[in-house]
Amino acid sequence: MNLKKLSIENKKIRNLIPQALTILALLSVIFYFATNAQINMGNRGISFGFGFLSQEASFDIAFSLIEFDGSYSYGRAFLVGLLNTILVSIIGIFLATILGVIVGVARLSNNYLIAKTAEWYVEIFRNIPLILQIFFWYFAALRALPSPENAINFYDVSYLTIKGWYIPKFVWINFDIFCYSLILAFISIYFLNRYTKKQREEFGKILPTFTLSLGILISIPLLSFLLLGVSLSFDYPELKQLSETSYTYENGVSIIPELIALALALSMYTATFIAENVRAGVMGVGKGQKEAAASIGLNKGQILKLVVMPQALRIIIPPTTNQYLNLTKNSSLAAAIAYPDMVLVFAKTALMQTGRAIEIISITMLTYLSLSISISILMNWYNKKMAIKEK
Amino acid sequence: MILNNLKPTKDKINTFLPLGSIFVIFAFLDVLTNTFLNYNITGFLPKTLNYFFPLLLGYFGLYLIRIEFSGNRFLDKLNKNINSSNFNAFLTLLILFIIIKAISPLMNWLILEANFAGSSKDDCTGNGACWVFIKVWFNRLMYGLYPDVEQWRVNSAFLLLFALVGIAFFVPQKIKKYFIIFLLFVYPFIGIKLLSGGSFGLVYVETAAWGGLSLTFIISAFAILFCFPIGVFLALGRRSSLPAIRYISIGFIELWRGVPLITVLFMAAVMFPMFLPDGTFIDKLIRVLIAITLFEAAYMAEVVRGGLQALPKGQYEAAKSLGMGYWRMNVLIILPQALKLVIPGIANTLLALVKDTPLIFVVGLMELAGMIGLAKTNPKWLGMAMEGYVFAGLVFWIICYAMSRYSQNLEKKLSTER
Repeated sequence: MNLKKLSIENKKIRNLIPQALTILALLSVIFYFATNAQINMGNRGISFGFGFLSQEASFDIAFSLIEFDGSYSYGRAFLVGLLNTILVSIIGIFLATILGVIVGVARLSNNYLIAKTAEWYVEIFRNIPLILQIFFWYFAALRALPSPENAINFYDVSYLTIKGWYIPKFVWINFDIFCYSLILAFISIYFLNRYTKKQREEFGKILPTFTLSLGILISIPLLSFLLLGVSLSFDYPELKQLSETSYTYENGVSIIPELIALALALSMYTATFIAENVRAGVMGVGKGQKEAAASIGLNKGQILKLVVMPQALRIIIPPTTNQYLNLTKNSSLAAAIAYPDMVLVFAKTALMQTGRAIEIISITMLTYLSLSISISILMNWYNKKMAIKEK
Repeated sequence: MILNNLKPTKDKINTFLPLGSIFVIFAFLDVLTNTFLNYNITGFLPKTLNYFFPLLLGYFGLYLIRIEFSGNRFLDKLNKNINSSNFNAFLTLLILFIIIKAISPLMNWLILEANFAGSSKDDCTGNGACWVFIKVWFNRLMYGLYPDVEQWRVNSAFLLLFALVGIAFFVPQKIKKYFIIFLLFVYPFIGIKLLSGGSFGLVYVETAAWGGLSLTFIISAFAILFCFPIGVFLALGRRSSLPAIRYISIGFIELWRGVPLITVLFMAAVMFPMFLPDGTFIDKLIRVLIAITLFEAAYMAEVVRGGLQALPKGQYEAAKSLGMGYWRMNVLIILPQALKLVIPGIANTLLALVKDTPLIFVVGLMELAGMIGLAKTNPKWLGMAMEGYVFAGLVFWIICYAMSRYSQNLEKKLSTER
């Protein structure tokens, strides 16, 4: 047997030693923690397990998208929290994108005042910790709103008060048919786009794709209203006296101030980062590209649509998805103002009641982790698809 | 025909410029008297028209003075910068009017009608902000619940730190090395001893009493000190050729980067004690510090990895061809260059770290934002949330803005050097 094979000179063995040591160290730390946890839990008379998820929660949640009261289980409470997290994230992402694109474009404006205003917006909101902004909106700004009887009235349809924002409720009949019609519209738009692309590439015919798509998107759901018995009516909020001094609104949907404050702060904070991405993206498209496009006779709209935007989007989208992810993670700050998101409902209230720190914190972290990982997998796929294919 | 006559051209400058200027000036006059003197010049008009009148008038005025190549340098500059098209003119007016309208209530609240003198809420009689609140609570906002008589210790710890950092910039290169080693490895212990006391005749102050803005600085300073080396190790680990080390590093980095800081803090507060032998107690501040450090180290690792990836392969090969081993190569050749590349990224991570510190209130530690939460719920000072959060926002804004400006300058400087 060759002795060199076993000696430290052999590269394979030399590489194995640090790896083995690291794994050993890691395993012993895990083992140490696990034994301690087992002893500690044994002392408290609880055993590791997820059976508690089906126990009765016996606490109420102030705001829930699905039915919930004390008689539902902890698992259901987790679901409520998760849905609330997703709700505020979607609202935040929607508003942040709109605001971010506007501010980012405004920063590039040739109007000095607009560019400066946008720049100061970014500098101010980016450099104040998000949690302070949430506190500001919730404890200071929204508390200055009037009480229900003196509500800020939007055309007798919607009311803004200190207790929340009351908006009309959508009352649908045959909502499922409406959804199917929407799906049908999107499918037909997809095929229309394929058809027009083919026409353009093979015959050089340019069809008004956008107008046609818009027409389909409006006409098919409209037809479902006229022919298939879908109907929509609104349930308007109405002022109701509870006692001599206290009023509230009935009917309609109430958007709680916690949600307003959180969505506002999250979107205004994240918008600053999106604005910077948009600016970098548009600036990243070389001047030569625009000049080349103009020199082959494209008009301004075509240059923007066919040359500038595809290249700018390639720069803008990856960091912006990252910001969406950050926004979702930052929505956990909800716990600070008692918006019932996953952290507040599950990692705080449920944990306090059951005392199952390890299980609950692990579930919460794993949920966020799987969200992050799935988005980054999606992102990598998109990046690969969008990467410049050199021939 | 009429439209043609209204088109602003250079030959009509003598009529259009004065006319347009009068329109614009009148529009601004209307808004200004409206906001500051409470007098409505155009009150005779119908209500809706009255409301939009300055906008319409200013818009028309700006249209008239939009004369290309007028020869007047000031006018050309004005047109180019704020009045280049109808849409731009409209936005310009809108922004200016909003600023004028907003500045009056803002100034009233902040300064003109605010109260500065006094010592209790009853002294706040005006409609403006009650800065007495900040004045009375200032000590608490800066030092938390740290005993008043002992606060000189916090001050001297920070003064010593600033002095040492300041001196480190000026001492000759030869001693600098020892100075930095002292700063990194000896000063932290001195600082901790000074703050917590318990010996050398200093009264013991438990960490639960630490708080306010000084706690923000303490946490930031320690987290920066520790997260940097951990981040560098993780970055090297992620690029290691040894699979076990690489995968452990990747797992560690992605785990921390995938979860929000608030859950990490919860973990440090409620889950971590379960993992320790019964009866062992680790101070809450230390647990939080470890959590923040590991969290930020993962972000730091990704920044450093960016620098490592940006280095050309030739650097590695050259180092290896000189016979250098892994550590010598990294410490002497790779890291100095890679870290220099990512200084702006490091500065941004540190900025994020400072912005994250207020989150520690979720585990019951109170820095500036937390102290304001405490102060505004004091029965004697109810209703002071606005003042408190505006003040805290301003303090944090100044710190973070200064940091981001510094990192931007650094970025510019470094990008021109290369």
